[in-house]
Amino acid sequence: MKTYAAMAVLLAASAAPALAEESGADLYQVYCTQCHGVHGNGMGINVHDMSVQPRVHTDASAMSARSDELLFKAIKEGGQSINKSVLMPPWDGVFSDDEIHRLVEHMRELCQCRHGTG
Amino acid sequence: MHAALGSALLAFAAGTASASGTELLKNECSGCHDLTGPAPATLQELRERKGPDLFYAGNKYRQEWLENWLQEPTRIRPAGMFYGKLVVDGEDGIDAIDESGLIDHTALGEADAKAAAEALMTLRAGDDLVNPGEYKEGSIGLSMGELMFDKFRGCLACHQIEPEYGGLSGPEVYTAAKRLQADWMISYMRNPQAWDPRSFMPNRHLTDADLQKLVHYMRALAEEME
Repeated sequence: MKTYAAMAVLLAASAAPALAEESGADLYQVYCTQCHGVHGNGMGINVHDMSVQPRVHTDASAMSARSDELLFKAIKEGGQSINKSVLMPPWDGVFSDDEIHRLVEHMRELCQCRHGTG
Repeated sequence: MHAALGSALLAFAAGTASASGTELLKNECSGCHDLTGPAPATLQELRERKGPDLFYAGNKYRQEWLENWLQEPTRIRPAGMFYGKLVVDGEDGIDAIDESGLIDHTALGEADAKAAAEALMTLRAGDDLVNPGEYKEGSIGLSMGELMFDKFRGCLACHQIEPEYGGLSGPEVYTAAKRLQADWMISYMRNPQAWDPRSFMPNRHLTDADLQKLVHYMRALAEEME
C-alpha cells in the first residue's frame, strides 16, 4: 500500500500543472485586447501599423452577421481560416475548446447581439 | 513537457557559476524574475509577472549580450512585461501605454554583470526542447523577410521590426538575434507554450523552413541596426 501511495505522490509531482479555468472576460482582457482594444472597439495598442483594422467586437451589425461557429473557427484556426486577415493568429495552442466557447460568449456580451439578430 | 522543464531545473544546482553570481541572482534578480520555474499557469500569475522568466536563461540568451545589456539596460518590450497593466484610453481613440508606469531595469557594474551572465547561463531548464545546431546559417533579403514576417505570418501585429514600427505588446525583434540563441528562437517560435504555457504569443504552426527563414530575417534586422 505504501508503495502505491508513494508512486501516486511521484506521479502527481511529475504531472504537468493543469491550467486553471479562466473566464471569457479574463481571457479576452489578457489575450484579445492587445489588438481588439480594452473596450472591444478594434483600437488596441498594436493597431498603429496594421494594414487591416481588427474586428470591432462592439459592432452589433457586423457581429450579428457572424455565427458562433464562425467566430469559434476564427479564434481557433486564425483569420485566414475564414478568409480574413493573417494578422489574426490561430489560438489553438493557447486556448482549449471550452475557453474558446467562453470567449465567443463574451464577444456576444460585447456586441449585445446574437447571430441573425442585427 | 512541463515536467521536463521542472526536472531540468536540477541542472541549476550542478551549474558552474561562481558563488557570487548565483548569490547576486538570488539577492538582486529574484524579486522580479523567476529563477526556478515553473512558468505561470494562471492568468493571475501571468499578470503579476514582472520580468522575463530566467530559469531557462542559459538556453535562451547569448552570454555576451547579457553581460553588455546588464551594464547598459534598454527597454525591449515597449509596453512592459504585460501590456494589460498599463493600457489607457489614447487621445486618438487608439489604446495607449501609460509610459510613466514602465520600470527601468537596474544597471550592474562590469564585474557583477559578468558574474550574473555566467550564473544565468547555468540555468538550463528546457534542454530537451532545444535541438543544438538546428539553425543552419543562411540569409534572406530584408524585403523578403519583412514580407514573410508581416504579410504571410502576421508577426508584425505584435512586434516592432524597427524602433517605432510594429506592434507594442511583444518584445522588439530587431534586437532578437543579438539577444537570443538561434536554436532557442526556433524552439520558442515552434511552440511558445512548451516554454510558457500561458504566453500570449500564439503558436502559428510555422514550418521548419519558416523557422529557419525567420531567424535569417532577425539576424538581418540586427545587422541592419548596427
